[in-house]
Amino acid sequence: MFLNQFLLLAAALFCIGVYGVLVRKNGILVLMSIEIILNAVNINLVAFGSLTDDVAGEVFALFTIAVAAAEVGIGLAIVLLMYRNRRSIDFSEADLLKG
Amino acid sequence: MNSLLASMAPLLAEAPTGPPSVTNDANWFLENAWLIPLLPALSFVLILFFGKRMPKKGAEIGIAAVGLAFVLAVITGFAWIDHRDNFEPAGTGGEEALVIGDDGLTSSDSLVLTAEDGGEGEKGGEEEGPVPVAVQSSTQWFQSGGIEFNVGILVDGLAVMMLFVVTLISLLVHVYSTDYVGGDRRYTHFFAFLSLFTASMLFFVLSDNILQMIVGWELVGVCSFVLIGHWWEEKPNSDAALKAFITNRVGDVGLIVGVITLFFAAGGGKTFDTLLINNAIVRGEVGKTALVVAAAALMAAVMSKSGQFILHTWLPDAMAGPTPVSALIHAATMVVAGIYMVARLYPVFYEGMQINGSSINLLATVGAITLVFGGLLAFVQDDIKKVLAYSTISQLGYMAMALGVGAWTAAVFHLFTHAFFKANLFLGSGSVAHSVHSFDMKKDMGGLRKFMPKTYITFIIGSLALAGVFPLAGFWSKDEILVGTGGWNFFGGTGGNGAYTFHLTMGMIGAALTAGYMTRCVYLTFHGEYRGGHAADDGAEAHHGDPHESGPRILVPLYILSGFAILAGLLNMPKGLALWPDSWEERFGHYIEPLGASYFPGISHGTPSYSLAIVSSLIAFAGAGYAFYYYFVKVDRLAKKTGVSLTGMPNGVTTTNPVARVGHKVLVEKYYLDHLYNGVIVAFTKGPLARAAYWVNQNVIDGGVDAVGRASVKSGRFVYDTIDQGVIEGVVNGSGKVSDATGEELRHLNSGKVQNYAAIMFAAAALLAGSFIILLAL
Repeated sequence: MFLNQFLLLAAALFCIGVYGVLVRKNGILVLMSIEIILNAVNINLVAFGSLTDDVAGEVFALFTIAVAAAEVGIGLAIVLLMYRNRRSIDFSEADLLKG
Repeated sequence: MNSLLASMAPLLAEAPTGPPSVTNDANWFLENAWLIPLLPALSFVLILFFGKRMPKKGAEIGIAAVGLAFVLAVITGFAWIDHRDNFEPAGTGGEEALVIGDDGLTSSDSLVLTAEDGGEGEKGGEEEGPVPVAVQSSTQWFQSGGIEFNVGILVDGLAVMMLFVVTLISLLVHVYSTDYVGGDRRYTHFFAFLSLFTASMLFFVLSDNILQMIVGWELVGVCSFVLIGHWWEEKPNSDAALKAFITNRVGDVGLIVGVITLFFAAGGGKTFDTLLINNAIVRGEVGKTALVVAAAALMAAVMSKSGQFILHTWLPDAMAGPTPVSALIHAATMVVAGIYMVARLYPVFYEGMQINGSSINLLATVGAITLVFGGLLAFVQDDIKKVLAYSTISQLGYMAMALGVGAWTAAVFHLFTHAFFKANLFLGSGSVAHSVHSFDMKKDMGGLRKFMPKTYITFIIGSLALAGVFPLAGFWSKDEILVGTGGWNFFGGTGGNGAYTFHLTMGMIGAALTAGYMTRCVYLTFHGEYRGGHAADDGAEAHHGDPHESGPRILVPLYILSGFAILAGLLNMPKGLALWPDSWEERFGHYIEPLGASYFPGISHGTPSYSLAIVSSLIAFAGAGYAFYYYFVKVDRLAKKTGVSLTGMPNGVTTTNPVARVGHKVLVEKYYLDHLYNGVIVAFTKGPLARAAYWVNQNVIDGGVDAVGRASVKSGRFVYDTIDQGVIEGVVNGSGKVSDATGEELRHLNSGKVQNYAAIMFAAAALLAGSFIILLAL
């Protein structure tokens, strides 16, 4: 079992996801990047789960997937509303929270 | 020592966790008192979902539920009386003993609760007959880390008393509200939250563990927030609601700290159960330091919830809510929660504040200061509800002081009687406001006794009871508190738990102030000339502004409350004065006070004396008499003579064009009134005796009275302006400003761009991960 390879893959995916979240301006792409981050975590969970022969890892991964589905539902709703109100899904323009 | 005392529960060794694990023997109503909070809670849900579709817009659901709860509470009360008198723990079984079969603090049989453990429970001298045994039934809510979190009810005299008060007042307020807020834009919503408010308080009262108490406490806070801000469209109302909520949050921090301290120090980190914690403290198993911390932290909670001095500022502002809500808050549901908490967790305070044998402590002193300052503030208010609000603060000060000096029963009894007359006064002020559409006594009231004779009579009864006039309710409870201070050593009558002379003095001053400000309030509202109805100036609309008596749904609650305000005091007539049969004495104390029970400290009672009762009555009369002289005689006369504004006088009555209310008859009316008043004054001064008395009045008494008056008004004004508005508001505003400035600096970080936030978050996470790795490597 080569745990390292899984962890490296997950780390790479995680970095790609973070990069996407921080840099992309398109709302949909940001959401997709978040999905990549979550899946990086899932890979870690499953990898460690199978390493320790514990089913908890897989169970947690399933939970993450379920939560991610809910999260994407809300995220898309936000993007949709943002588009309706501003005719744009550019995240760099959304700065109404400015203090 | 009573033999049955020793025969308490060998704790059910294997804790049955199902409901209800104790009290196989108790009355069904005592075991199932959880129905009482459940009914209004159900009513809340029903009103929210179906209220709008009901013929009466949901009011009937609320009234039915609370009415049923009231009936249950009364039955429970009788069941408790029977239980208290006749309940004998079975010699062997003891299943009905005090405690839930919980794993307990240490080992299974260490929880045997006997009266010997209860310290010197014998001092009270009423140890014949059974010891009070609380009825507890509870069920497991959840379990975590080996700690059971229970939810359950604890029924004893204190809880039963509160059940009665809360359901009764709430029922009357419900009925009253159908008229008072009739046609309101959120009528259904209002009734839903009245129900929830009632349910929360009942839930809080019946809590059998301190964790559950927090839940009830917070629910009460939320409901008060919603109801104070009922008319939130107007800014001051929503501000007042926020202020009430946020001020209470300050105290809640104290509550949480106190509960956590108690959980670890007295509950052994295993139980939140109120009785177990109280018992551990009574047995002296808890360290003094922990108790001092717990008592001080809980004190903060009491100060915010029960409007004690320096955290009381939300209470007068809370008058922005509808009047029935004010009545509910002040009489039954909100502000007494703090007092109830102290009474429920009394060993914490008794030991933590070292009440016994001391002559000063935090709780008593805060109460004493509150009662005098609150009373002074009541003198300078123009808003009738604010007078009553400051009066409540003052009376809560009495209760806190009584608890602080060890007069537990007196405090609880004062809570009981105060609920009736304060609800009466608030609903009375609401009745007045309903008819003149204003709360301003100086601008819009005056002379209302002619228009609202029934409201006037009930208001007078409430005022007399509040002022402590024999034999109305307030007299008995206030006198008992003064006795309880133990500071009175003249002509018989000795102290209970220590010589609290300072507190006795403050209580006396408070009595005079109470009588004085209520006299002022009655004068400004009901006597003199009607000053409202400004619309009358236009002539045509004259009759529209005329005040009118309220309808039966407002008056009947007032009658009922007046009845209680007159009679409630007779429930606890003091011992040993030989004016009445022995069997009438201290009925209230006998059924309510758990003295001798293992979860209650061995307090001792003061001995009542005639001299103290007479002196305190005289002081109250002096206060009332002074105010009476000032307003009913002096101001009144001057008003009649000049017929114009009296603002030049200290705290004078502004009589704004008193006669213009009936259109074109203005002149005739004015003449008629002048004539009448002239007649009255002439009659008054006609005889030589009257003339002589008048001369003395004018030349001798007036000077002194005026000086006293100016001084008291000035000191009241000073306290209000400097301490209340200056220092305290300053501190509150100061803390606001500090956070404002901090926010100003931090807001630059707040670019509003989500991705910047995300970058900061990831950077921080990376930093943490890095430092974690470095730390691990070290």
